Amino acid sequence: MRIGPGEMKSAFAAVISRDLSLAVRQGGNIGTAIGFFLTVIVLLPLGLGPDQQLLQRIAPGALWIALLLSVLLSADRLYQTDHDDGSLEIMALSSTPLEVVVLAKASVHWLTSGLPLAIAAPVLGFLLNLDTALILPLGIAMVTGSLALSLLASLGAAITVGLRQGGLLVSLLVLPLYVPVMIFGVLASSGAQSGIDNSGTALIILVAIVLAALVVTPFASAAALRSYMR
Amino acid sequence: MALWSNFTFNDGLFALNTARMKIVGQQLACERGGRLVFAGVDFTARAGRMLVLRGPNGAGKTSLLRLIAGLSEPAGGTLELEEASLPPDTLLGEHVHFIAHQDAIKLHLSVTENLSFWAGFFGGGDVAGAMAAMNLTALGEFQAQRLSAGQKRRLGLARLALVEKPVWLLDEPTVGLDAASLQLLADMMTRHLDGAGIIIASTHIELPVKSSDILDFAGLADRAG
Repeated sequence: MRIGPGEMKSAFAAVISRDLSLAVRQGGNIGTAIGFFLTVIVLLPLGLGPDQQLLQRIAPGALWIALLLSVLLSADRLYQTDHDDGSLEIMALSSTPLEVVVLAKASVHWLTSGLPLAIAAPVLGFLLNLDTALILPLGIAMVTGSLALSLLASLGAAITVGLRQGGLLVSLLVLPLYVPVMIFGVLASSGAQSGIDNSGTALIILVAIVLAALVVTPFASAAALRSYMR
Repeated sequence: MALWSNFTFNDGLFALNTARMKIVGQQLACERGGRLVFAGVDFTARAGRMLVLRGPNGAGKTSLLRLIAGLSEPAGGTLELEEASLPPDTLLGEHVHFIAHQDAIKLHLSVTENLSFWAGFFGGGDVAGAMAAMNLTALGEFQAQRLSAGQKRRLGLARLALVEKPVWLLDEPTVGLDAASLQLLADMMTRHLDGAGIIIASTHIELPVKSSDILDFAGLADRAG
């Protein structure tokens, strides 16, 4: 091995700090994701009517669906600017593996979309009459699950990076992969709402999905990005 | 400015003796999108000399540079790095500065921040020296989106002086540069050649750099058929 962990860490940190300051300065992604999330959650009770029981029953599922869609909203831009301005090629040529760059960019995506939404979700849950006992499990499940959402989003974004208007394609590619995350995410945040409390088991499976995504997606995304540069 | 006095490059990985380094391409062929761009290209790029790629638009100059960088694979022929004290499995890309048409800069970051990012990414670099080399010191706090096209080009080129790498692949590096900046670029290239570096550049204008070989693509288009 010619490259030490020191160089990789420095490259990882450099990408994270650059992308975070870009995200803060442009403001677009974080604002759009939270705005969209808020819109969906505000519109739901207006569309379904003031049935408190119904809202309480569907609250965890509705929050998860809103989270999935909001995370996807910013996914297609993940590698786009780096690809367009040539940064991605320079990064691919360096001794730092592209997998490290992918991991750094997926982390920034999580920090700027998944994490703020997961923190906001239990609060916005009051609009859906969310059971107060579920605030903590919902928060934990969402913070964990959104990690997998960002990793899978980075895979979709990498596969479509060379395409103009790849946005819809990212959604179509990634949504099927989001299904298991959502199923176990909702189960982990619903407590005993549906009768038996399986939330502990569901959370462990959710963590397993996150770990699997953490291992597989950086390699798959990096391979997709490399094939575009050929 | 970095130490160019001896013939040893240290690009952060290990010391690399480049005095006798050569990049040799034999009967190279390149395909892009199913179309044969060129075939039968032979060239040798030697340490301390610049190889200039000449030819009309679409002749395959950029394709050859991408091929040498390792961004694409040749459709035929061989590409070898000779006489360098490198492990045999070395990827050339790690030792290459590739200046493409895009400047690889972020418009929402300042000039200093752009260079600091690349310094951090490469694991260390001389930001102040790189800014001085391309006369960007006075522009340090400016956001890159406020720069003119020529200034953005200078910021892209400053990466060459940021981290030492033995091989420079330059694709039309002079586009948008004024006479003074052209001289700065030529000075930087001369220093690199004096330090036994290799430069392969495609350019339509005469660069004031001594000791260059020319690879002309003009006659190659016929052979590609």
